Amino acid sequence: MKFKSQKVAYYFFALSMLLFTLQIVYGFIMGFAHMGFDGLHDLVPFNAATATHKNLLVVWLLSGFMGAAYYIIPDESDTELFSVPLALVQFYSFAIVGVVAVIGFHIGWFEGRKFLEIPRPLDYLVAINVIVFLINIVLTIFKGKKHSTTSWVLTAGLIFVALLYLPGMVWFDNHTVDSFFRWWVVHLWVEGVWELVMGGILAYLLIKLTGVDREVIEKWLYVIIGLTFLSGILGTGHHYYFIGVPKYWLIIGGIFSALEPLAFLAMTLFAIKMYNKGNKKHPNKLALYWTLSTAIVAFLGAGLLGLAHTLPGVNLYTHGTLVTAMHGHLAFWGAYASIVLAIISYAMPLMTGRKIFDNNIGHLAFWLSNIGMIAMTAAFAAAGIAQVYLERITGLDFMVSQIEIQPHFFVLILAATLFSTGVALYIVNFIKFGLPNDEALTDGEEFKALQTN
Amino acid sequence: MLSKKQAKLFFLGGTFFFLIIFFGLTIDTLVNGVPQYTNDDKITEDVILGRHLWDSNNCMGCHTIMGEGAYYAPELTKVYERRGPDYIKATFNFPGGWRPHNRRMVEYNFTDQEKEGLVAFLQWIGETDLNGFPPKPKYKN
Repeated sequence: MKFKSQKVAYYFFALSMLLFTLQIVYGFIMGFAHMGFDGLHDLVPFNAATATHKNLLVVWLLSGFMGAAYYIIPDESDTELFSVPLALVQFYSFAIVGVVAVIGFHIGWFEGRKFLEIPRPLDYLVAINVIVFLINIVLTIFKGKKHSTTSWVLTAGLIFVALLYLPGMVWFDNHTVDSFFRWWVVHLWVEGVWELVMGGILAYLLIKLTGVDREVIEKWLYVIIGLTFLSGILGTGHHYYFIGVPKYWLIIGGIFSALEPLAFLAMTLFAIKMYNKGNKKHPNKLALYWTLSTAIVAFLGAGLLGLAHTLPGVNLYTHGTLVTAMHGHLAFWGAYASIVLAIISYAMPLMTGRKIFDNNIGHLAFWLSNIGMIAMTAAFAAAGIAQVYLERITGLDFMVSQIEIQPHFFVLILAATLFSTGVALYIVNFIKFGLPNDEALTDGEEFKALQTN
Repeated sequence: MLSKKQAKLFFLGGTFFFLIIFFGLTIDTLVNGVPQYTNDDKITEDVILGRHLWDSNNCMGCHTIMGEGAYYAPELTKVYERRGPDYIKATFNFPGGWRPHNRRMVEYNFTDQEKEGLVAFLQWIGETDLNGFPPKPKYKN
C-alpha cells in the first residue's frame, strides 16, 4: 500500500463481507421454503426474502466495487485520494440506505420490480450517494500524475453504472414499457458496464500479480470490453422475447446473445495466457487463484450456462423457471462475487501489513465455495429441467410440479452448506488480517523484483 | 499485430455503432411495437391501480408475469383466462393467507376496488401478444 487514503477501501470490503453473509442467510430461508419448510413465513414471507437476497447481492457487490476503486485509483493515479472524509460520509450513508431498504422489505415497503425492489425515495438517495463517490474518484484521477487505461476503464464503468440506474427510476403505465426499461438497468449493468468494472479490476490484478507488461494487458482489456459491448448491447434482446414487443427481438436477441460467451471466453483465455506469460510469480497465491477463477467461472456461468437457454426456441420453455436461477447463481458468483473476493484477497495483506499470502484456511475457502456453488448450480439445473418437463411439456399444474421437484432443494441446501462453509472460512481469514494500519505503508513497490514496468 | 490504439478504436467504434442500432430499435419498439402488441389503449384507471398494487406488494417476489419474477408461485400471465375473476379475488384476503398445496401466500387486506384493479391488470396482461409465451403444453392431462 502506497497511500494512507487507500485504507478507506477496508470499510467497503468489511461491509461487503457482512452483507454477503446476510445474503446467504436469506438464500437458506428461500431454499427451505421451496422444500416446504416455511416456518418463518409470518416474519419473512418469500417475497421479502427474495427482495432481500437479490438487493443484498447488488449492494455488497457495489460496495466491493467501490472499495476496489478506492484502493486501485490512488495507486494507479499515484496520488492520495481526493478526500477521505468525503469517502467516509459516502460510506456511512451508503450503509444506512442499504439497512433502511432491507428493513423496509420486511414491513412490505417495496417497489416490486425484480432486482430494483428498492423504493423510489431511496433510489434518489442511492443516486446522490453514487454521485458523491464518483466525484471523489474522478477528482482523484485529475489530481494524479498518471492516467492509466485501467483506471479509466474502471471509472468509466462506474459512471455508466450510475447513469444506467436512471431508466429504472421512471414510472410507466404500461407494464411492457416498464419491463423494457427495467432491463436497460439490469441487463446493461450485468452484461455491460459491470463488465467494464470487472475488466478494470481484473486488468489491475493481472498487472500486479503476473508482472506482464501493462501495455499488453491494457490492449487486451480493450478487446474484451469491445467484444462485451458488441454482443451485450443488442444481446439485451434476449429479455425482450416474450414481453409484448415486436418479433425482431427474437432474431436480434438470439444472434447477439449467442455471441455473448465470446467476450467471456476471450477473458478466460486472456487471464490464463497472461498467467503463463508472466515469468515472475507473486507470493499472493490466493489472490491469483481468485483472479483466475473469476475468468474461468464467469465463462462457465455467464457464458456457457447463459447460452444454454438463450436461444428463443429453448427460452420459450425455460423462461420463468428455475433454469434461470441456475444460470443466475453461477454467473453472479463467477463474474462478480469472485472478482470482489479477488481484489479483497490481494489488498488485505498490503493494507494490514500482515504478509500471509498463502494459508490453508484461504485455500479451503476457495475450493469449498467454488465446488459448493457448482454443486448448487447442478441442483438448480436438475430442478429447473424437471420443472420445464412437468409444467411446460406435460402441462402439470404449477404447484403439483413444485412438489415433485422438492427433493432437488434438499440437494441444493446440502450444496449451499458446503458453499457457506467456504465463504465462512474466507470471512474468518478476512477478520484474522485485522485492521489496516499506517505501518503497512511502503513506496508501493512491495515486490520490486516483480515490477517489469 | 493489433496495437493498443487499434484495440481502443475497436472498443469505441463497436460500442457506438451498436448503441445507435439499439436506440433505433428502441424507438421503433416504443412507437410502433408497443401499441400494437399490448393494447395500449385498454390501459384503464383500474389497470393502472392494479399495476401500482402489483409493484408495491412485490408480487414478483413469488410469482412470475410474462415469465419475469421469482419461481415460488404460479406464472400469472394467463391467470385470468385460466381461473377467472372470482377465483383470483378469493385468494387475496383469504383468512390466514391463500394456501394451495401448503404453500402460503401473504394475507392481504385489499378493498373491493383494489381487487377489481388487480383483476383488470391481470386481464390486460393476459391479452398482450407475447410471441407465443407461455407455451401450450404438448400433453394436456
